[in-house]
Amino acid sequence: MGKKVALTGNEAAAHAIRQINPDVIAAFPITPSTPIPQAVAQFIADGLMDTELVTVESEHSAMSACIGAAAAGGRVMTATSANGYALMWEMLYIASGMRLPIVMSVVARALSAPLNIHGDHSDIMGGRDTGWIQLIAENSQEAYDTLIQAVKIAEHKDVMTPALVAQDGFNISHAIEIWELEDDNKVKEFIGDYEPLYPLLNTDEPITHGAWAPPNWYFEHKMNQLKGLLNAKDVVKQVGKEFGEAFGREYGLYEAYKLDDAEYVIVAAGSVCGTTKDVVDNLRENGVKAGLLRIRLFRPFPFGEIAEALQSAKAIAVLDRVSPAGAQGGPLFSEVRSALYDTSTRAPIINYTYGLGGRDTQPKHINSVYETLKKIVETGKIEKQFDCLNLRGEWR
Amino acid sequence: MAEKLLNWDEVLIGATIKDPGNSKSYETGSWRVERPVWNPDTCIQCMFCWVYCPDSSILVDENGKMAGIDYDHCKGCGICVEQCPTKPKSLKMILESEAKGKTLKELRKEAFSK
Repeated sequence: MGKKVALTGNEAAAHAIRQINPDVIAAFPITPSTPIPQAVAQFIADGLMDTELVTVESEHSAMSACIGAAAAGGRVMTATSANGYALMWEMLYIASGMRLPIVMSVVARALSAPLNIHGDHSDIMGGRDTGWIQLIAENSQEAYDTLIQAVKIAEHKDVMTPALVAQDGFNISHAIEIWELEDDNKVKEFIGDYEPLYPLLNTDEPITHGAWAPPNWYFEHKMNQLKGLLNAKDVVKQVGKEFGEAFGREYGLYEAYKLDDAEYVIVAAGSVCGTTKDVVDNLRENGVKAGLLRIRLFRPFPFGEIAEALQSAKAIAVLDRVSPAGAQGGPLFSEVRSALYDTSTRAPIINYTYGLGGRDTQPKHINSVYETLKKIVETGKIEKQFDCLNLRGEWR
Repeated sequence: MAEKLLNWDEVLIGATIKDPGNSKSYETGSWRVERPVWNPDTCIQCMFCWVYCPDSSILVDENGKMAGIDYDHCKGCGICVEQCPTKPKSLKMILESEAKGKTLKELRKEAFSK
C-alpha cells in the first residue's frame, strides 16, 4: 500500500527514481534540480538503490554519458534545469535521433540573462523541437506519477524516444506538499523490465550506433524518428489509463477542469493551474461558466484532441510562462491557436505571458484574465491579443 | 555492390546498422576527379602506396603483393602517386573524363608510353 508523505517536488522525483532504480544516472547539479541527484546519491550510499551514478563535469557530458549508457542497453535517467538543459542542447537531438529512451526530470527555470534561478518555462520551451516527449506536471504528486509513467512511455516499442517530465522550479520543486508515495514493488511491477532493442554490448549481434547518414538517407531516418514521437500520443493515453488502474490516479493527454460547458476558458500548463482551479471554483459558485484546459502532454502536441476540447469556449486565453521572443505569441498560444484554425468555432483567443523568473501569479491575476474574456464575449472585440500578467507598467 | 535505398518506414530505428562494415557497399569512387593508374612493369613492390592510402584502396594479392587499385572506393586523392619512389613513377594520375570508356590496358599504355 502507498502512504501519504509530506515532501517537496524534488523529493518526489528522487523517490520515483529510487523506485525505478535505473542502471545508470549521469547528472550535474544545477538549481533548482540539484536536490534530485543529491537525494539519489544518498539513496545509493544508503544501499537503497544499485544505480551507477556517474558524476560528470557538465550537463553536456551528463547527457553524453546517458546516451552512451543507453546505447549500451541500460535504463538511464538524469535531471537538470535551465542553463544545464541548454548546455545539453546538442546531445538532446542525438538522444532522440538515436531513439534512446532516456527519462529526464527537468525542474523548469528561467534562462539567464539577467541571472535568475527561479521558475519559468524558458528552458523546456527552448527545447521543444529537440524530438523529446515533453510532459508537464502540475504538482509533486504528478511529478512523481509522471516520471514513473515516462519510463513506460519512452521504452514502448512503438515509441523508443526519450522523455522529459517537467515540474516548475521552486513552485513545486521546493514546496512541501502532501502526496501519495506508492509501494516500491508495485512501482517496479508497473514499469517492468527493460529489454533494449539493439544493445551495443551484445557482442553476439554486433551493431553500429551513431553512424552518419548522407543526404540520400538522413531524411528517411528523421521521418522514421518523427513517427516514433507521434506514436507517443496513444501510448501516453494508454499508460495513463494503466497507471489509473494500478494506483487509482488516471491521466490523459490533457486535464479538463470544469471544461464541458465552459464559455470562458484558460489554457495553461504547470503549477499555475492549481491557482487557476481555485479561481474557476469561485467563478462557478457565482454562476460564471469558467473552465481550464491544462496541457499535460506538450510534445507531441495533441492538436486534434485539444481543439475538440475547446469547442464550447466563447473566448480563450492561453498562458505562456516564457517570452514569445518575437513570435506571434508564446509557444502554447501558437499551438492552440493553430489547432483551432481547422475547426468551425474558432473562438476569439488571446495570449498572456506570466510568471517569468519566478514572478508570482495570484488568484487576482487569473481573475483579471476571466474578466477580460467576459468583456471580449460581451463586446465581440479583442482589445489586446498579447498582454502580461503582474508586469509593472502597461505592456504596449 | 550498390546500396539498396530504403523508404522511411523501412529503415532501422535510430539509424542503427545491423551489418557492421557495410561502408564497403558505399562506393566513394564516384567522388573521383582524377584516378591513379598503375604500371606493374616499373613497380618495385615497396608497398608504400598500400601503407599511405587513406582509403585502403590498394589491392593486394595472396602473396602480399600490389595487384592494382580498387576503383569502387579510391577517392582519387593522389597520395599513392606522391609516395611512389620509383623513377619514373609507377603510379600516375589521369583525369576521370579522359579515362571514360577506356580499358585498363589502354589507360596504362596512354599514361606510361609518353
